[in-house]
Amino acid sequence: MTTRRNFIRISAIGAGALIAGAGSYKILKTLSKPEELKNLKLDLRRTATYCEVCFWKCAGWVYKTSEGKIWKIIGNDEDQNCNGRLCPRGTGGLGMYYDEERLKTPLIRVEERGKQVFRQATWDEALEVIAGKMKEISAKYGPESMALFSHGSGSAYYTTLFKAFGSGNIAEPSYAQCRGPRDDAFTLTFGEEVYSPEITDIRDTKCLVLIGSHIGENMHNGQVQEMSDAIDKGAVIITVDPRFSTAAGKSKYWLPIKPATDIALLLAWIHEIIYNEYYDKKYVEKYCTGFDKLREYVKDFTPEWAYGITTIKPDQISSTAKEMSDAAPAVIVHPGRHVTWYGDDTQRLRAVAIINALLGSWGRRGGFYRPARFDLAPVKLPPFKAPAREWSDLFPGKYPLASLTVSNAIIDATVPENNPAYPVKGWLVNGTNLISTIPNTPNTLKAIQNLDLLVAIDTMPMEITGWADVILPECTYLERYDSLRTGPHRKPSIALRMPAAEPMYDTKPGYQIARELAVKLGLQDYFPFEKQEDLLDWQLKQAGSSLEEMQRLGVKNFERDADDLYFAEDEEVEFYTDSKKIELFSPYLESLGFDPLPRYTQHPEPPEGYYRLIYGRAPMHTFSRTANNPNLTDLMDENSVWVNPKVAKEWGLINGQYIWLKNQDDIVTDFSVKVRVTERIRWDSVYIVHGFGHKQQQMKRCFGRGVSDTQMITKVLVDPIMGGTGMRSNFVTFVTEKAGEEVAS
Amino acid sequence: MRYAMAVDTRKCVGCSDCVVACQTENNVPIGYCRDWIVEVTDGTYPQLEMEIRSERCNQCVNAPCVRCCPTGASHFADGGIVLVTQTECIGCGACIASCPYDARYPHPDGYVDKCTFCIHRIKNGMKPACVDVCPTKCLYFGDLDDPNSDVSVVLRKRKYKTLIPEAGTKPQLYFLI
Repeated sequence: MTTRRNFIRISAIGAGALIAGAGSYKILKTLSKPEELKNLKLDLRRTATYCEVCFWKCAGWVYKTSEGKIWKIIGNDEDQNCNGRLCPRGTGGLGMYYDEERLKTPLIRVEERGKQVFRQATWDEALEVIAGKMKEISAKYGPESMALFSHGSGSAYYTTLFKAFGSGNIAEPSYAQCRGPRDDAFTLTFGEEVYSPEITDIRDTKCLVLIGSHIGENMHNGQVQEMSDAIDKGAVIITVDPRFSTAAGKSKYWLPIKPATDIALLLAWIHEIIYNEYYDKKYVEKYCTGFDKLREYVKDFTPEWAYGITTIKPDQISSTAKEMSDAAPAVIVHPGRHVTWYGDDTQRLRAVAIINALLGSWGRRGGFYRPARFDLAPVKLPPFKAPAREWSDLFPGKYPLASLTVSNAIIDATVPENNPAYPVKGWLVNGTNLISTIPNTPNTLKAIQNLDLLVAIDTMPMEITGWADVILPECTYLERYDSLRTGPHRKPSIALRMPAAEPMYDTKPGYQIARELAVKLGLQDYFPFEKQEDLLDWQLKQAGSSLEEMQRLGVKNFERDADDLYFAEDEEVEFYTDSKKIELFSPYLESLGFDPLPRYTQHPEPPEGYYRLIYGRAPMHTFSRTANNPNLTDLMDENSVWVNPKVAKEWGLINGQYIWLKNQDDIVTDFSVKVRVTERIRWDSVYIVHGFGHKQQQMKRCFGRGVSDTQMITKVLVDPIMGGTGMRSNFVTFVTEKAGEEVAS
Repeated sequence: MRYAMAVDTRKCVGCSDCVVACQTENNVPIGYCRDWIVEVTDGTYPQLEMEIRSERCNQCVNAPCVRCCPTGASHFADGGIVLVTQTECIGCGACIASCPYDARYPHPDGYVDKCTFCIHRIKNGMKPACVDVCPTKCLYFGDLDDPNSDVSVVLRKRKYKTLIPEAGTKPQLYFLI
């Protein structure tokens, strides 16, 4: 069955290459028929950009005052990701530029790691030190002993650099700490992932089912907009969440599920859909395999069975299953995005995929559409040397289905006691604050102490920079070009990011940093264009446009080459699975010794006096990276711990009181957190927004404000299928007094 | 001409985009705001209801802030928009005390500031910044005297309420329920 694994890995490489602006994923179309373009003149007051505050990458315009000062950022009306409306983070994106606590100059560490004593350096000196160390590591251990952790637009350049250097250890925490289980589960079932932006056709859906997904609090712009459109059109929303989320407040049905039991609910829904014959018989017969095995498997998973596990009443399970089938195929059981919860996440997302398949929503209006993207001409580069050893060779046999690099596996491999097959000795960390991103911080710090080189590239002095040997200050997205954004979406499109201002301080754009480092490593042939704008202009001219045109338009949309957003009636569809069908039953999972159909496993419950720690997003922040943005901090400057009134009464906690949290491993939060007594959370759980409790003193606005959920996440349930780190597995209790410390005020 | 705004509480997710868009559009200093979010939850777990509202000056027809202003700085502009003439304001704060909606704040430059419905944009045929930015399109703006304006149309179609109607201020900020 290695072919299948290879297929998945190839598609993953394809996805990586797409970020780099080369290669293509086979379902995506190459298109070149432009829409009739408006005769837009270049407007000198504004410059084109796409946002970098989150991964949605909405296109917009940066407006400047008559004095040339950046004033505001407004969405581009032509952009499918935002339809002219940025979210609060995009609107407040200028705070990234104006933050006076940005990294301002390259820094080199002069004391032991973690002590945070640095000296200013020139770019030349800093890059020289990095290149020298990288060469040393390569000579001593092999180039693959260098690992890259990356997030955002800079990833493309550092990926090219690493591939040229000879290392395939290229990891993005957005996989194993976020959406990996979803992408692998959907690939196992439909042969395709759900992409980003997700291909959910929410604007035309009649029923949207959210399982722990809190659209509206997670500000995935296009989805929030489309959910609002769906509300206008009277769509039924069903929300499954132990917390009364914003989305739950807009739902016809809120199922206040007991945490960690979602798979039981999903199996009961599958049972109801099959045994009440709610499923799309024609669709299942034509496109799916394994239905009989599934039918037999779910025979006993009745709503009554699930009631005992989930605490959701049987009639609620039945009526919501009926609502879904009434809406089918215009129904979306949403795959979610941050889905690394309990370590059986791939299986849970398989159940989600199966329900969508049974209801025939994949490929149908109001369900999941077929994405399209613009295929840019790849730049001709010298061939990359295949790495002698891959990341998957670090721990042979572990996470057999991982389609992308598992960040936590690289971190584990950096600790020699874990006996990796080869050592990892150097990290280059770009745009991701591993201290807040990767659970089990003590393990991450232990790994860091075993490194010969740690380079951090960021715009802000995030915690990870404090551990670095060399810090490189990147300029923000408002001060640089980046790769063209090419989709996917309903229509293929191109969006341009260009600088609205010169880089402030002694900062540089990602492309330039990667290229200059490449020059020092003798790899400049992999960056044939000295200036990124020349590369973009070349690419755009190959595509029948130009940099000059894109500076006027910001976004250019194209028509699809065929009317195939949805499956045509009776269309013969070949899915990219082994059977070329939608695999309800997965022979591939079975061949690897995993459950071929999703199984409900009981997870540990909080001990007496402890509560399950649930975390999530606030609409005005992205992860931990926006915590010091002056505009966004003004909207929300700390998180609070949500406590059910019954629990608060038991503990004598009052609204607004500051307390500490302590987890099952006796770890107490560094800072205190405000109590929010609210009916919106179950009595067996507490909730905090991720990304607060920063320990880096240079970030004055966010230092010590709120608490870090990551600090409380020391117990991690790793998904054996793909290596995802399940993080809803921690229990906390309340500490009202901490020796020698006062609460925040 | 009578400008008004309607806020669809069924769509508003409370993201605060209206707040930050107003701040950047109008150069409102950090730490202050002309519009804000209110969230009200009723009931006991799991029987809960929640209303989220984007709030701002109600541009009242019978505005106590205009009546009590000793210098005439607070006044009605075209379409009933309540404005403050910065140069005439002495920062006494009487208007702040008189407003039942807490819609005004003392600007650090010494005058009282508030929502203007982005009158500078309206004059150029645009909508207020908050309306244009809202990702959920939950804000409707226009002239109530024009039956085809966005706000007139939506108020004909939907049930709505105003805040603190008993104060008798005749608010022109409507909440769709």
